[in-house]
Amino acid sequence: MAHWIEASPRGVYVRPADAWIDPSVPVDRALVTHGHADHARGGHSQVWATPETLAIMALRYGTEVGTSVAYGETISLGGVDATWVPAGHVLGSAQILLEHAGERIVVTGDYKRRADPTCAPFEPIPCDIFITEATFGLPVFRHPPIEQEIDKLLGALHASPDRCVLVGAYALGKAQRVIAEVRARGHHDPIYIHGAMERMCDLYRDFGIDLGELHSATAASADQLRGKIVVSPPSALNDRWSRRLPDPITAMASGWMRVRQRARQKNVELPLVISDHADWDELTATIREVAPSETWVTHGREEGLVHWCETHQMKARALALVGYEDEDEG
Amino acid sequence: MRAFSQLLDGLVYTRSRNAKLALIAAYMREAPDPDCGWALAALTGDLNIPAVKASAIRAIVEERVDPVLFAMSRDYVGDLAETVSLLWPKRIDQPAEIDDGSLTLSAVIDRLMKLGRAEAPGVLGEMLDHLDSSGRFALLKLATGGLRVGISARLAKTGFAQAFGIDVDQVEEVWHALSAPYGELFAWGQGGEKPDPRGTPFFRPFMLAHPLEDGEVDLADYAAEWKWDGIRVQIVGTGEQVRLYSRAGDDITATFPDVADACAGIHAVLDGELLVQGEAQGTAEHGGAAASFNALQQRLGRKTVSAKMLSEYPAFVRLYDILLDGDEDLRELGWSDRRTRLEAFATRLDPSRFDVSAVIDAADFAALGDIRLGSRDAAIEGVMLKRRDSPYVAGRRTGLWYKWKRDPLTVDCVMMYAQRGHGKRSSFYSDYTLGCWTGDPAAGGELLPVAKAYSGFTDEELKWLDSFVRNHTLNRFGPVREVEKTLVMEIAFDSVHDSRRHKSGVAMRFPRIARIRRDKPAEEADLIETLRAMIS
Ligand SMILES: [Zn+2]
Repeated sequence: MAHWIEASPRGVYVRPADAWIDPSVPVDRALVTHGHADHARGGHSQVWATPETLAIMALRYGTEVGTSVAYGETISLGGVDATWVPAGHVLGSAQILLEHAGERIVVTGDYKRRADPTCAPFEPIPCDIFITEATFGLPVFRHPPIEQEIDKLLGALHASPDRCVLVGAYALGKAQRVIAEVRARGHHDPIYIHGAMERMCDLYRDFGIDLGELHSATAASADQLRGKIVVSPPSALNDRWSRRLPDPITAMASGWMRVRQRARQKNVELPLVISDHADWDELTATIREVAPSETWVTHGREEGLVHWCETHQMKARALALVGYEDEDEG
Repeated sequence: MRAFSQLLDGLVYTRSRNAKLALIAAYMREAPDPDCGWALAALTGDLNIPAVKASAIRAIVEERVDPVLFAMSRDYVGDLAETVSLLWPKRIDQPAEIDDGSLTLSAVIDRLMKLGRAEAPGVLGEMLDHLDSSGRFALLKLATGGLRVGISARLAKTGFAQAFGIDVDQVEEVWHALSAPYGELFAWGQGGEKPDPRGTPFFRPFMLAHPLEDGEVDLADYAAEWKWDGIRVQIVGTGEQVRLYSRAGDDITATFPDVADACAGIHAVLDGELLVQGEAQGTAEHGGAAASFNALQQRLGRKTVSAKMLSEYPAFVRLYDILLDGDEDLRELGWSDRRTRLEAFATRLDPSRFDVSAVIDAADFAALGDIRLGSRDAAIEGVMLKRRDSPYVAGRRTGLWYKWKRDPLTVDCVMMYAQRGHGKRSSFYSDYTLGCWTGDPAAGGELLPVAKAYSGFTDEELKWLDSFVRNHTLNRFGPVREVEKTLVMEIAFDSVHDSRRHKSGVAMRFPRIARIRRDKPAEEADLIETLRAMIS
């Protein structure tokens, strides 16, 4: 089946189109699912992606341009029809549906099934080959409802009015989602953000996502930050940058926070299990829903998901693609 | 259960000592009786629930979860209780994230205490169905013993003391006379009388020594004694009953009836070293010889002792100190005054079972150093230095008692197997089995395990060792990984003995990793023969 597509450690190669999906090295033609650096690398000659993803890439790599493809729009490359369909992962994230020789193949990129006010929801597409991620492909990973986690955050904030809650959140996607969900829970105080995420938040706003009142954390005094939420990239949590904050309660928003030792290793006091990836139940439910005749697993805990497919009489294989997992992203 | 599981979560994630104390104190004040007492016992490590084995937990999980996915999850998460708490699929119609409040901590403990081994899995499964993942974690930790939430017994008692405005040393004083769920203790906290344990034998915390690193002490202020390689023992006699307690406060009276019978009827609390009669360590010159630790080990851990054991390995106690003489508490006195009282008291004891640890006669610290070096031939571990005017205080206090061990022996071993650690090391391969060669490896010599070591490295080194193990795994046997036999580690140890239990025929005392020798080829690690030559 599907002799026109192959997996190599560098990415998924679509032979008739001579194009790669999310390649990890510079190539001639790249079809990009979403803007995270491990999927959207710089240096390709030609790029096809959603307008949001292209904007994110331009922000990161400077003047890079590509061909913008809206959700639902189909392009044809060497006899392969490619359609970008929402993946629900971050702003502009897409699955890529490839149709050729009567076969349908879906490459999910990263995805989740939970509602997210900052991006379009995942749309399941029935297909022959389903090429999925498996970041949380073990049954220990079950993300709780986000409302519960946001309430934990707000609870800690209100319990310690002299401190601030410093939330480590990936600068693209997670940070904006946490802010939007905090707003949705009725918290409208200014939120202070690390310099490294200012431009990304501006970009989200340019695409119409309301994040409420944001200020630069770097410019604020310790007194101004008391009783406030501060959002920074995970790398800044235990960094010199955070030392000037007023006795911060260190929180981290990530699916990895479900595992105690992971949280402790990162010195996190308030673990928030908030993920932009599908959890175990979502991964398995999605495979059932799209009912492919074959599932290929790109990255993550591949062996767990492949084993599940096999025990449910579904064909599956692990592709073991490299370079797709960013510890902090989760 | 929810309040308790939230307390545990809080303790896991809270970094500052004061914040941990505040969490414990708040729980102790707010939890209903007797939940608060059971929680205190769990936190101090004084709760023993016998029935549930890790194998029972694995069995109930594998009934509900694919065993392969469970094994993968376990390998990923590291800790069994945590893995199960995260992936438990409830059989009742209720979201996994909800603790329905039907189980109280006391009801859980009550049920677990009475549980037979056969019914344990069923009961545990039912309980897990009513809890959220934090509650499941707390339950499984309680059931298998050892919460490992990173707090000491002392901190838990301090939290209790803080909750009710009591001095923690007062709590320590009566602690071992009480038992969970500590009704008298909480009654005292709430304004009642302080518990009075006179008349019942109970353990008092030992006074312990710091290692003497590089410093020097003035022998005008410090007395020196030999450091004997046995186990510390506390003899508590009320006039009617007598008990022997180990360093951790465990009652070992039944294991040493020869010693207990020899001091029946005494009314005192004595501190000493439990040893077996023999010649391996020390001589008359050191105040009397004793058998090796290995000989004592034949007697340890037995619930009943045969007459043959008693005659082959007769035990005795070398006395160090006296805490109470009758009802008179001597702990506030200086060491010299207690020593005088001890010598007087000891004249009443059977000299074949009790002697008083000799004080070393040395002109000054340098002379003591020479005497200490000479003691290696007599297979003595080192010397103890005790401040002459110091009271007997629980725990390790700077400046009062020092242990000055002779320098450790070292040997180069090869890493053979690795296993995950516990607690905060559960995601790291931090416990290593190390081997030495049976002969020249070029001539067909093989590695045989000679020691297990899990300390002596820095956090950075641990990370490196962990990735070495992961990248050089040959085989997996459950939690154990066999690694490529390429990494040499220099192991320091206090002594080495004959051992019939080990294939190599030798066993080390206190092995720890002194250095990772990435520079050294495995073929150049030491021979078992070299180790045998160091047997004391
Ligand atoms: Zn992503």
